[in-house]
Amino acid sequence: MTNMDPKGLTRQPPKRLHAETQAVHPRAVDGRFRRLKWAVMTFCLAVYYITPWLRWHRGPYSPDQAVLIDLEHRRFYMFAIEIWPQEFYFVAGLLIMAGIGLFLVTSAVGRAWCGYACPQTVWTDLFQHVDRLIDGDRNAQMKLAKAPWGPAKIARRLGKWSIYLLISISTGGAWIFYFADAPTLAREFVTLQAPSIAYSTVFVLTCTTMWFGGFMREQVCIYMCPWPRIQSAMLDEKSLLVTYKDWRGEPRGKKSPTGAPLGDCIDCGLCAAVCPTGIDIREGPQIGCITCALCIDACDGVMEKTGRPRGLIDYVTLEDSARERQGLAATPHWKLIWHARTLIYLGIWSAIGAALLFALGTRQHLSIAVSKDRNPPYMILSSGDIRNAYAVRWKNMEGRPRKMQLTLDGPAGAKMWSEDMSKEMAARDLTRIIPADTTAPLRIYVTAPAGTHEGKLSFTLRALDQDGGEVSYATRFDAPDEDHD
Amino acid sequence: MSAPENNETGPRIDEPTGTATMGHEWDGIEELNTPLPTWWLYTFYACIVFAIGYCVVYPAIPGIKEGSHGTFGWTSRGQLAAEMDAAKAARAPVLAALDATPIEDLPKNPELLAKAVAGGKAAFKVNCVPCHGSGAAGSIGYPNLNDDDWLWGGTLTDIQTTLEHGIRQPGDDATRTSMMPSFGRDGILKPADVQDVVSYVRLISGQEPNNASAQRGAALFAANCVACHGADGKGNRMFGAPNLTDKVWLYGGSRTAITETVTNAHAGVMPAWGNRLSPATIKMLAAYVHSLGGGEAFAAPAAPAAETAASTGQ
Ligand code: SF4
Ligand code: SF4
Repeated sequence: MTNMDPKGLTRQPPKRLHAETQAVHPRAVDGRFRRLKWAVMTFCLAVYYITPWLRWHRGPYSPDQAVLIDLEHRRFYMFAIEIWPQEFYFVAGLLIMAGIGLFLVTSAVGRAWCGYACPQTVWTDLFQHVDRLIDGDRNAQMKLAKAPWGPAKIARRLGKWSIYLLISISTGGAWIFYFADAPTLAREFVTLQAPSIAYSTVFVLTCTTMWFGGFMREQVCIYMCPWPRIQSAMLDEKSLLVTYKDWRGEPRGKKSPTGAPLGDCIDCGLCAAVCPTGIDIREGPQIGCITCALCIDACDGVMEKTGRPRGLIDYVTLEDSARERQGLAATPHWKLIWHARTLIYLGIWSAIGAALLFALGTRQHLSIAVSKDRNPPYMILSSGDIRNAYAVRWKNMEGRPRKMQLTLDGPAGAKMWSEDMSKEMAARDLTRIIPADTTAPLRIYVTAPAGTHEGKLSFTLRALDQDGGEVSYATRFDAPDEDHD
Repeated sequence: MSAPENNETGPRIDEPTGTATMGHEWDGIEELNTPLPTWWLYTFYACIVFAIGYCVVYPAIPGIKEGSHGTFGWTSRGQLAAEMDAAKAARAPVLAALDATPIEDLPKNPELLAKAVAGGKAAFKVNCVPCHGSGAAGSIGYPNLNDDDWLWGGTLTDIQTTLEHGIRQPGDDATRTSMMPSFGRDGILKPADVQDVVSYVRLISGQEPNNASAQRGAALFAANCVACHGADGKGNRMFGAPNLTDKVWLYGGSRTAITETVTNAHAGVMPAWGNRLSPATIKMLAAYVHSLGGGEAFAAPAAPAAETAASTGQ
């Protein structure tokens, strides 16, 4: 309310909460960073679209899709790795690594994630390329945007939006193949026999891709994405940023009116024209900059033409920029990457990675879970023996059937038998062949002679085949407190 | 009363905000004319349209005798009925399979047996828990169904018969009936004789040493009890006579408890479920009770998750 004029008898236009967005029509540019961006985009899209179609032979009992999130059977397959629900810590670990990896990349090369690999950037870039194909470059686009609606404009818009839609559908379409056998699902999808969740997923992802990539674009980066906010807390004077070297460029201009010497910047405006988020980097570092370096490519081109050294706009650290300003030699980029922050992140990241690899290498491919009957806790048999019951689940987490032996370590004289055998066969151990990739539930009865007191009991599951392995589960054996009569 | 106008026509403009007022005032308080945002208004109109549509399609308007019916005829009661029908239809194949399978053949079909046990567990909670307890452990006078002691037999068929015809159910010819005489109350044995019989019973169940009283009791037992309980006291399932030599006691195995039993006898009852529950439900209950660990004559089926029951022991 402080900006109100208390005396003014005004009929002001209604105040708006935000400024109208100006559509950004970035100009095409070529250069080393642009080519790097093409390469990264091609790689990312290829990984996204091709991965579900890779095959990986796991033997006759498991799916042969290299990367598969099998929600129905609650398994996650990734090449040689198979993750069960109780091993979800692997996924959690990977997510933590992804987070720290983002910190690491940011501290080393600034917002490179935003500029090159972020899906929002990749798809926006793709859609902007479609704009250029259909409407032409920046000037043609702006002219068309202002032009009144007519058959030509409608035709162009419809053409462009159909291509958007095509890209969006294939984006949404690729996603579902991660969750089912890709060739089968593809066949079912086109013959309208796929589950409805597949269609609704594709629909939702098509809409979001179209909307975010085709229309929202840089507004997602500037207004919706939380990452730039976090990131500004992570950048310091040692972080690489796209920076306009004002000490070299200013005063800018084409021709000096006074004859005084001018800086290297000829004020051609190309750096702002190519910017996909529509900002002018010469105003200093700002939140809208996704560090895509297209302005570097644009300006380097100009510098070459005017015969000035490249790098008026460049990836530099604030620290290095200050050195350069004083006329000292700039540190090479590969050296700038290594400083305390990157080393610490790299250390944490590698430690988690190593821990996960260790866990992966040493994990048991069998497991056992026991739950003891508590109602009733024990049972007196006609012979006076005391019986406890347990629900035991043995898991074979490998893609082949395994011979396993369950042994009992408990009160002296205790014996066990299971629901599927007669009690006369009771023994200290029992052996079963557990089919591949299965959990076998079995109700186990344990008897101990009369007079046994309550105590500890444990089951041990041992794989009898070549690779072996052993897991135990400790539980208890309940018995009456005193003599029962 | 009326707010001062700073303009010949139209309402006053509020100075600090530059917004027109509505033109009315109360106690010096005026209202600014700040219209609702358009999106809000259209959402509101859409809600009204939706509400009208809803009232037409669904039963929504109360009446004196009954409310409106809605164009689709949907009712919550109808929905419940449809859901119940769907649940019934889903269960139908299992129930049909149960009806078609004689109970002694159940173990040959582990999958059906597992379903029967699960269904029986639910039916047990509804029908049997009041007497036998939620874990089927029973209590004094109500048999423990987890143990291996059976008055009338513990095979699937035996349990099914007991469930169907109950214990001491008048009017059911096949009901299980055992009749222990009230030896003390009816004067068949004198109190001192009863004590001797009790001593003997406690001797054969391993609870007391052999003494003079037990020896006297042995003679009395031979004269009065062997007809039902057998010469060795091991009972007889034909008559539902309990085994007196084991450690399981329906009414307790202490001297007092056995004295009470010999003196007055007991005559517990159980409903005949055959006329209350469907044959399939009774089969499921029998399978569940049998599965609690004491079931008898169990032909081992193929192990559920194993290709072979393989070896046991070393
Ligand atoms: S200012 Fe330069 S680096 Fe930043 S977003 Fe624009 S073009 Fe990319
Ligand atoms: S592209 Fe380079 S020369 Fe042109 S305005 Fe930008 S900074 Fe100046």
